[in-house]
Amino acid sequence: MQHLISALIAIVAGVGACALYYFAANALLDIILPFRDASPRAVRNQKLASVIRPWLFLGPALLVLGLYLVYPVIDSLRLSFYDRTGEEFVGFSNYGWAINDPEFRQSIFNNLLWLIFVPAVSTGFGLVIAFLTDRIWWGNIAKSLIFMPMAISFIGASVIWKFIYDFRSEGSVQIGLLNAIVEGFGLAPQAWITIPFWNNFFLMIILVWIQTGFAMVILSAALRGIPDETIEAAIIDGAKGYQLFFYIMIPQIWGTIAVVWTTITILVLKVFDIVLAMTNGQWDSEVLANLMFDWMFRGGGDFGRGATIAVVIMVAVIPIMIWNIRRANAEMENR
Amino acid sequence: MAGMAGSKQGGWPVHVAVIFLVILWVLPTFGLLVSSLRDKDLLAVSGWWTALTTTERNEVGRAPPPEEQAQEDAEYVISGNLFEADSGARVARFGVSIQRPDEFPVGETAEMRSGALLTVNEDGSYRMVSTEPFEGARGQRLFYTAAFPPDFTLANYEEVLTSEGIGQSFINSLTVTIPATIIPILIAAYAAYALAWMKFPGRALLLSVVVGLLVVPLQMSLIPLLKLYNDVGAIFGVPSKTYVGIWLAHTGFGMPLAIYLLRNYIAGLPGEIMESARIDGASDFDIFVRIVLPLSMPALAAFAIFQFLWVWNDLLVAMVFLGNGDDQLVLTGRLRELLGSRGGNWEILTASAFISIVVPLLVFFSLQRFLVRGLLAGSVKG
Amino acid sequence: MAAVELSDLKKSFGAVHVIKGVDLDIQQGEFVVFVGPSGCGKSTLLRLIAGLEDISSGELKIGGDVVNDVPPSKRGIAMVFQSYALYPHMTVYNNMAFGMKLARASKDEIEKRVGAAADILQLTPLLSRLPRQLSGGQRQRVAIGRAIVRDPKVFLFDEPLSNLDAALRVATRIQIAKLSESMPDTTMVYVTHDQVEAMTLADRIVVLNAGLVEQVGSPMELYHQPANLFVARFIGSPAMNIAPCTIEGANGQARVKVETGASVPVPADIPASAVGHKGTLGVRPEDLRVAKDGDAIFRGKTLLVENLGEVALIYIDSGDENEPIIAKVDGSVDMERDVEVGLTAAPEHFHVFDENGRAFPRQRA
Repeated sequence: MQHLISALIAIVAGVGACALYYFAANALLDIILPFRDASPRAVRNQKLASVIRPWLFLGPALLVLGLYLVYPVIDSLRLSFYDRTGEEFVGFSNYGWAINDPEFRQSIFNNLLWLIFVPAVSTGFGLVIAFLTDRIWWGNIAKSLIFMPMAISFIGASVIWKFIYDFRSEGSVQIGLLNAIVEGFGLAPQAWITIPFWNNFFLMIILVWIQTGFAMVILSAALRGIPDETIEAAIIDGAKGYQLFFYIMIPQIWGTIAVVWTTITILVLKVFDIVLAMTNGQWDSEVLANLMFDWMFRGGGDFGRGATIAVVIMVAVIPIMIWNIRRANAEMENR
Repeated sequence: MAGMAGSKQGGWPVHVAVIFLVILWVLPTFGLLVSSLRDKDLLAVSGWWTALTTTERNEVGRAPPPEEQAQEDAEYVISGNLFEADSGARVARFGVSIQRPDEFPVGETAEMRSGALLTVNEDGSYRMVSTEPFEGARGQRLFYTAAFPPDFTLANYEEVLTSEGIGQSFINSLTVTIPATIIPILIAAYAAYALAWMKFPGRALLLSVVVGLLVVPLQMSLIPLLKLYNDVGAIFGVPSKTYVGIWLAHTGFGMPLAIYLLRNYIAGLPGEIMESARIDGASDFDIFVRIVLPLSMPALAAFAIFQFLWVWNDLLVAMVFLGNGDDQLVLTGRLRELLGSRGGNWEILTASAFISIVVPLLVFFSLQRFLVRGLLAGSVKG
Repeated sequence: MAAVELSDLKKSFGAVHVIKGVDLDIQQGEFVVFVGPSGCGKSTLLRLIAGLEDISSGELKIGGDVVNDVPPSKRGIAMVFQSYALYPHMTVYNNMAFGMKLARASKDEIEKRVGAAADILQLTPLLSRLPRQLSGGQRQRVAIGRAIVRDPKVFLFDEPLSNLDAALRVATRIQIAKLSESMPDTTMVYVTHDQVEAMTLADRIVVLNAGLVEQVGSPMELYHQPANLFVARFIGSPAMNIAPCTIEGANGQARVKVETGASVPVPADIPASAVGHKGTLGVRPEDLRVAKDGDAIFRGKTLLVENLGEVALIYIDSGDENEPIIAKVDGSVDMERDVEVGLTAAPEHFHVFDENGRAFPRQRA
């Protein structure tokens, strides 16, 4: 209860302070540079004020962006060339360590698997479901239910799926759904998440389960944005269901598919909670983000190696970053 | 378009396919919910799907101890009921040994090893009759096969909320989430307005930077910020893991998306409205507060939902910037801890997990419209 | 003293020069309309007066004061936008009161002024509605009402009727004309691309083209005495027919010869120095009539006859390179396609332009 009260006070104080800053900064500018009339002085003041005012509005945002994103990126880059305490320059030795570290290599391999499997399957499922649900009267309800896992935390999803993958030795009653089904087919139950290589896929399914809804929502909007005339024209030309889908609809939404794909790709690179909760990297299921977190605290924390792994993740993101910026700039010019 | 031959309306294969997909997607969560409501002993020995229908199983009951026997004429009687009142369970058969709990049909009288006669009825009432007084300290064991209707309980929830610290963590999560949702909105809205409608040098460059920061992995920020927080803590003699610290961290991490979404929306507002306000004598501040802010509510709501879900569901930032104590452990962190310490206690895990997802699910289902709109603004239009 | 005075006003966006030096005096109480094709800079010119764009060079005076750097709200202007620009989240009342509230006017004063404006525009029953609950015409009236409440010295209209349908456009046009009559001291500056609005509303029309003023004058001046080919072709519908010609006579006996060989006397003051030069002969479609054999000025096959009932438009082929000549004749005329026809007009209807497209001054009939 005391917590709730202090949280409430904090909300009011934090938000109030923010609001006060903008109000006060704006009022102060008006007092320092008054322009109530049309005198030359007022005119000069007004020009000066209109130069300063944008920066008053932007100030807090720039401060936060700088402190929490820009500075850390530069510092992480720097730290990747330093030792575990971040004090002694060690050149490229962290990178050298990474290349030869079996755990790091395993993570790179697994991350590649994730990068191929999750975006492809999520986008594919999303596209199919978007296409199908647009064709039934209860499509919105179906979409809503498939979209739902988006609201569930990775750790919550991990509990849900760990329960599905639950394993009891052969002969006892299986309470995990998957093993119950497997036994129903007369096969032997498995400890799914401990099977090297294949366990990656059992973890990836969790992310697919979460992300398909996202892909579906975006792609559904894109499909609806396709002009009806093009579809009608194709129908008159004799196109059937799958032909409509592959030859008329898909080509018109390539741009959106690319956006969905890259968005999920970035998410995959950062995936951490699922691996931490399901296996914590055991049974050859380690990924970069979890390895990085591990090194942050392993043996009191190795900042150099942690930062090195973070930089590797960053490097993987850069092509998408450049593509995004180009796309946004092109869009801005079209406006 | 609807009803046009061969186009929009799907036939039964489409319905079947979508039903299958929906079941596939909902089943995991549904299983969690059902399991969390089951008796914890049953949870450990049978699949959750068996809990939905009436099931028959072998059970062992125990009669009251001999000291409660009554004497009727020359006979000694112990009677009672195997079930609690209103349980709805039905006895199918009963027996006198653990090997054969289905030896006798209900209503019949069986002779027990002690020589006493046992009658069990369908409703669970039983009667043991003996010419000799019952002896011993403990009651007789009774073996039976019964059909149990679905039976759900809130006991697991009671347990995790009180003794597993989930209640406390729930409050901690709220404490983190609410300010970390509202503060970035305010900061980002001002910046978005400036980027959309104010003229200043470097505007295009700044926008590019924001778009670039959108995809910077969180991992890049962790170590430098951890160091920074520790240093600030050491220099000023304040704790390095505080709520203020995590609010600011979430504000920073959410800022690029907030600015990006809100700028796109605010830039799309009609410029003539703002010019009209300017002619009416409104300053930039007036325009922002009295025109732009009220008109941007849909975008503000969309971002608020994003940020709320992201902060509530976050584990990584909380693990780095908050402590492990009861007063700071959020739901996701608590869940992770329980996965380690109570990994086999599914009644605790399922109930805890469901508590952790119920708030985002409520937010999700009540405000889905805004969320979808926000997603589209953030992706399709780019 | 002019209400609005523009001296060599220029505006450029980067390297693009939109307004290339405009001089204009607008008198108090005058209704001035800016017309021109899209992209001619008419809206930009209005926005310069409003203060929504910075003036690149030149001087702008409103009520005798230089206002180049004065913010819009302090220029004594009000503006009605094409999209109405109503505040969507405010009621009609609050839309109209917003400016006064910002100026911290007293509640009574606000109520009085908004009430008066609402009365004039029959908006009183709508005051508590939101803009989205209003029809297009009502929204436009609210926008005008909002401008009235500001009690401006200068009213600015930026294509206020172009979002309305045809019937409503006429009704609102009449309402604006009445409004301007009821406020004789208020100056109105009105931008449109529609020449009917310009002709019906304006005391004076300013024809703009490519950032420059082509001609300033009353509607009838522009119609009867266009200063150049651009204005001649821009005012009037269908546009004035033009044909290349050679100037044959000057001074009292001004004559031109057209390509068909016909030579006609023209009512223009042509200097002797122009004789023998090329020029352009112009005649409005409504002044042309079907000619008897022999006295036709234009001759050709009919390409198309459009009978609109009341009038008929006859398009005749006037040679490969030239646009067809159009005649607007009585609707009762019966004419086939692809027949040879001759057209002529009374000499007083001819306009003559020099090699550079400037009109020779016309003699008043």
